[in-house]
Amino acid sequence: MPRPVPEINASSMADIAFLLLIFFLMTTTMNVDTGLARMLPPMPDPNVKQDDVEVKKRNIFTVLINKSDKLLVRGEPMDLSMLKDKTKEFVMNPNNDPNLADQNEKEIPMIGMYKVSEGVVSLQNDRGTSYEMYMKVQNELVAAYNELREDLSRSMFGKSYDKLSKDEQEAIGKAIPSRISEAEPKNVGGK
Amino acid sequence: MARFQRKGKGGMPAISTASLPDIVFMLLFFFMVSTTLRETSLMVKSSLPEATEVAKLEKKSLVSYIYVGPPIKSMQTLYGTEPRIQLNDSFKTLDDIRDFISSERDAMSESDRPLLTTSLKVDEETRMGIVTDIKQELRKASALKINYAARRVEKK
Repeated sequence: MPRPVPEINASSMADIAFLLLIFFLMTTTMNVDTGLARMLPPMPDPNVKQDDVEVKKRNIFTVLINKSDKLLVRGEPMDLSMLKDKTKEFVMNPNNDPNLADQNEKEIPMIGMYKVSEGVVSLQNDRGTSYEMYMKVQNELVAAYNELREDLSRSMFGKSYDKLSKDEQEAIGKAIPSRISEAEPKNVGGK
Repeated sequence: MARFQRKGKGGMPAISTASLPDIVFMLLFFFMVSTTLRETSLMVKSSLPEATEVAKLEKKSLVSYIYVGPPIKSMQTLYGTEPRIQLNDSFKTLDDIRDFISSERDAMSESDRPLLTTSLKVDEETRMGIVTDIKQELRKASALKINYAARRVEKK
């Protein structure tokens, strides 16, 4: 007579299932779309005569990318790794260099008087520039502004920018406005 | 001395498996909620560039997508390898972007319309020419909020 096979205890199945469930809950990253948010400048109205907004030369930080993905920053070739620091230096102008961005003292809520930079970063690219390079440059420029905001946030509020309240973030945004302009496309060179 | 007595047949009572369905349902619901179904099937290759400073795209309902890139392998016999624009489920030309934006606008409620964000999912090997053209079209359609889709990478 064969011995009856003992039934396997299944009460721990639930525990195992829960364990798995929790594990997956913690590790699954929902497929969130991420990207660099930008605002395009509005199309100029053809009926309104466009008087070119005079921006002083010292306040413009031109970044050109040519079709072989080389950078030309303010007339000088530059490596991508230098771009962020140069941008920061341009915007903050710590030594009051007359060639770098002008500053304008303004009253900002929660911060008080602050020298707001007048600098504008103007990004221009060729039609043949690779998108990858374009994004790298965009990323460096955004990183420069983000780091400046982070620095100010630490010195003003003693907290990281991410941890600030909405009002505080807004104040920082006013103190260091991110001015990256994507210039009107120019057709230089062929396709 | 026989303290532990063996009972005749297997000592354990059968355990109820009545809660198993609950567990299975829970798993099912979890995956149902977390899975986002891709509404459009991609016809262009779009491996996104990397960036460190990315921000999350909030509210999916306010976002419309423009895919740009070379057509995928199975489409290349028909459409070649030059980067093309995909809107919804088909290849489109630049002129269609304005219609696309206005139809996306119409589908949204009045109050949400100014918040329309256009996410550009552009393959990293694309040249800027086509992207610039798209940007100009978007400006003409006054869809000014854009988002260059990128993969998040950690800072080095």
